[in-house]
Amino acid sequence: MAAAESYPEDLKYHREHDWARVQADEATLGITWFAQDALGELVHFEAPENGAGVTKDSSYGEVESVKAVSEVIAPLSGEVVEVNRKVVDEPETVNDDPYGDGWLIRIRLSEPAEVESLLDAEAYKQVLAEQ
Amino acid sequence: MQTLQRTPLHGRHVELGARLVPFAGWEMPVQYDGVIAEHRAVRTDCGVFDVSHMGELEVEGPRAGELLQGLLSNDLDRIGVGEAQYTLLTNERGGIVDDLIVYKLEPFRYLLVVNASNARTDYEWLKEREVRGSDVRDVSDEYALLAVQGPRSIERLELPDAKPFTFALGEIGGVDCMVNRTGYTGERGVELLVETDEAVELWDAALDRGAKPCGLGARDTLRLEVCYPLHGNDISPNTDAISAGLGWVCALEKEFTGVDELRRVKEEGPERRLVAFVMVDKAIPRAGMAIEQGGEVTSGSLSPMLDAGIGLGYVDPAAAAPGSEITVDVRGRPRKARVVTKPIYKPAT
Repeated sequence: MAAAESYPEDLKYHREHDWARVQADEATLGITWFAQDALGELVHFEAPENGAGVTKDSSYGEVESVKAVSEVIAPLSGEVVEVNRKVVDEPETVNDDPYGDGWLIRIRLSEPAEVESLLDAEAYKQVLAEQ
Repeated sequence: MQTLQRTPLHGRHVELGARLVPFAGWEMPVQYDGVIAEHRAVRTDCGVFDVSHMGELEVEGPRAGELLQGLLSNDLDRIGVGEAQYTLLTNERGGIVDDLIVYKLEPFRYLLVVNASNARTDYEWLKEREVRGSDVRDVSDEYALLAVQGPRSIERLELPDAKPFTFALGEIGGVDCMVNRTGYTGERGVELLVETDEAVELWDAALDRGAKPCGLGARDTLRLEVCYPLHGNDISPNTDAISAGLGWVCALEKEFTGVDELRRVKEEGPERRLVAFVMVDKAIPRAGMAIEQGGEVTSGSLSPMLDAGIGLGYVDPAAAAPGSEITVDVRGRPRKARVVTKPIYKPAT
């Protein structure tokens, strides 16, 4: 069942439609409700390897629907410490729960100060309103 | 900027919350609920597609059959009134101007249902070659076309059984229409040609009887699973029918445009062949991706029935036999696939 549109207040956002949940020196990353809705039902997540480096504003993987492919942009830099295997096996989890079970990867932050550059929910909703 | 054309069902699509996209100059529904749910409805029950964007050409006159027999690849003499035939409009190089279905309406009157993106080209192609005694008319604006497809479609529409590639005048929910036993999904089903101003009533009748609205997204995945080529992707004016595996719709013993070239390709063997493949590695092939064995992907998607990446693509004849392993370049990553016998998915009915 597809989730209803929402942008939780406790998350940080990147204008390329990615979110980060920052906890100490780690962050959980995923794509926003808007991104999964634009793509449609996800059928594939091309995930990075554990230990791979990710760089803010660069692609760290791909998500695909039946019709489209989209790069996933890292909102923050760091090293991959966990890939969500549930999403690799059942990509539609992202549609069902983009901010919960549908997270994509967890990273250890290499540049924690980058968090300051991310958008809060209000600012991200403003980005969406301008599209 | 070009204004997109709308079918008579545009308002219904908006009401149903469809995602509308530009396609071949038309604003068309790509999905309502979701591609996968719509795809499954057609494989297990019944779906309805608005395909009113497709073109309709009429060719009439005592020499209409003669004109078409010289321009279309299949042998038109094999069908009688009430029958239809899949065929190709070919160019001098044996390339495919369009693929279409021709319906023999009367002894001297034919209907051609053609791809939306080629309707203008096809009309001009035929019009330029018209002879005295054959009149070509574009009647696309007069008709809407609904495809009702799936194992339960005939039962749901309360239609009599009939053979594939036949047609008859019929009535559904009080609406008169031409009921064609044709389709683009591999399932049992019909395509209903109806006058434009009655299209909404017919659409509503199909929905009342349990047909699920389906968009062009599912139409594409359905046709790909059964390996029906898509003009502009898998076949084009620059690809010939023999290489595309469409030799079965080319009557090489008769004379038609490009037949000499097709005979030569058949005789010498094609340089590349259009094959169907299923990904072995976890990846989704897409049109334009290179295939290491000498060619490229022309159509690719996830197969909702197989839950694997599938595609059509041209490869070197040495790699074209079912069972051959091929490698697709998925954005820089080599991914293995296996050539399979067409169709990739065989419908139960």
